[in-house]
Amino acid sequence: MKVSTIPTALGRRRQNAVNRAAFVFLLPVAFIMVIFIFYPIVDSFLISTYKWNGINADRQFIGLANWLKLVQDKSFWYAFRNNVIIMVMSIIIQIPIGLAEATFLEYAGRKGTIFKVLWFIPMLMSSVAIGFLFTYALAANGGVISWISHLFGGGNIDLLGNQRMALFTVILVIAWQFTPFYMVYCMAAYTSIPTDIYEAAIIDGATKSQYFKMISLPLLMPSIKSAAILSMVGSLKYFDLIYVMTGGGPGTSTELMATYMYKNSFSQFNMGYGSAIAGGMFILITVISLVTMRLINAEGDAG
Amino acid sequence: MRYGKKMNLRSLLCRFFVGILALTALIISIVPFIFMVLNSFKGKFEMLTKGVFSPPASLNLSNYQGVLAGGFVHYFINSILVLAVSLTLILFLGACAAYPLSRFHFLLNHMIYALIVACMAIPIHITLIPVFQMTKSVGIYDSLLALIGPNVAFALPISVFILTNFMKGIPLEIEESAEMDGCNKYRMFFSMILPLTKPGLSTLAIYNGVNIWNEFGFAYTLTQSVEKRTLPLAVWDFQGQYAMNTPMIMAVLTLTVLPMILLFIFAQDKLVKGMMSGAVKG
Repeated sequence: MKVSTIPTALGRRRQNAVNRAAFVFLLPVAFIMVIFIFYPIVDSFLISTYKWNGINADRQFIGLANWLKLVQDKSFWYAFRNNVIIMVMSIIIQIPIGLAEATFLEYAGRKGTIFKVLWFIPMLMSSVAIGFLFTYALAANGGVISWISHLFGGGNIDLLGNQRMALFTVILVIAWQFTPFYMVYCMAAYTSIPTDIYEAAIIDGATKSQYFKMISLPLLMPSIKSAAILSMVGSLKYFDLIYVMTGGGPGTSTELMATYMYKNSFSQFNMGYGSAIAGGMFILITVISLVTMRLINAEGDAG
Repeated sequence: MRYGKKMNLRSLLCRFFVGILALTALIISIVPFIFMVLNSFKGKFEMLTKGVFSPPASLNLSNYQGVLAGGFVHYFINSILVLAVSLTLILFLGACAAYPLSRFHFLLNHMIYALIVACMAIPIHITLIPVFQMTKSVGIYDSLLALIGPNVAFALPISVFILTNFMKGIPLEIEESAEMDGCNKYRMFFSMILPLTKPGLSTLAIYNGVNIWNEFGFAYTLTQSVEKRTLPLAVWDFQGQYAMNTPMIMAVLTLTVLPMILLFIFAQDKLVKGMMSGAVKG
């Protein structure tokens, strides 16, 4: 490979062959990504300048009117607020529990297998299946929570039908779904810590909690940070489960950017405005993830 | 790791407390599952009259029979078809792209890689309307074919990312000596790199397979008729029919999760490893 940097005729010919091969190998992926990702993004921004139901051929150019509407649309910002709440709560709930479970498994070794297997179970289900399962499991009539309430002499409890409780309930269901993911994530991070560090620390007289605080946690920190970014981006894109479980309701109490976009585009057939919402969502996600990554990286450089 | 020899009261209490917490987490993670399986065997009213956690009166399979007779197999076959075609394309094309990105020196290499990897953060919703329009105008709306393009496109970024890192771990000497023998890049890829990448491909197959099996957004938007829908939508369609019959819905749910559970039982380590490979993204 180093030969190519020497400007000889042979080197140049070799580099040309390499370039050609790279082009051929990358072409199919480039083709698919342009058609199904890059072009649609551009097209979405174009469609957002029209008033269009997406079905008829007649569409009316209205410039930035959809975008002006979006900036002032209280429902959109309320949905965004819900996304942010889910994002913060997901990071606060899922990652620490996932880390705790992984730590437990790390110390328990083989004896913890049954815990590992059963904790992993929620990951086997699709968001749609989880959404339906919890719709029924949390139903006021014949649901698990009402059943527990009856045990203690209480009445039916309708968590998802209650405007104040719905978002909180949804956050817990999301935590149920994704905590195993962060458990697996932290397990992967643990395997990268060499065992002789543990042995050395124990010989030096460290207790297990000291070892965790002083050695494991700092070594796991980079993974925890990227897990947080992952959770962040995921929370801002969130769609399937909420769409199935509450449809954004009751009222707009669990509305998210994605569900709001979907309803505008495919229920009310307002595809021009739907595209603007999708565009707003895209911009917000890009800006938030870029800023966070910059902040986290800057912090890493300083440390 | 080994426990220390000394065990005083404090650490005993500690272990007890940790055990309780671990058990609580365990119960929370499996109760919804038990609810689902248990009730799928019950009659329509049995669940309401006898309580949700009572064992079913008999091993009543009529819900399952009803679901299977109601066209469930269609959804299942559709899911298998979409999965097989999408997965083959993802793995092959992903490996093709990862090869030059991991092992060639050429202009724009890092830029192309960064661009592909950055696509991991893109929400499907920004592409939904244009892809919907495109699918309609090409005339493949409401067909399985419509689902393959978006499935592949959205799985490629993570796949290229993982495979590129995997291929970087294959020693360069292998390639150099083959090149001395006059082997060109294309033959090298098919006869050496691709076989050596097998472990990476198999974990990636599981990760992507699970995601495609569960994909909802595009399937919901791009298909319409019962004959052309995939498994995640089976629940949706059955729910429209049997909304008030909870045990029936639980049977549908159990059947949709069954393949994953079988996979988990027979290939637990592979599955966890596959999910871990997805965990390194970010």
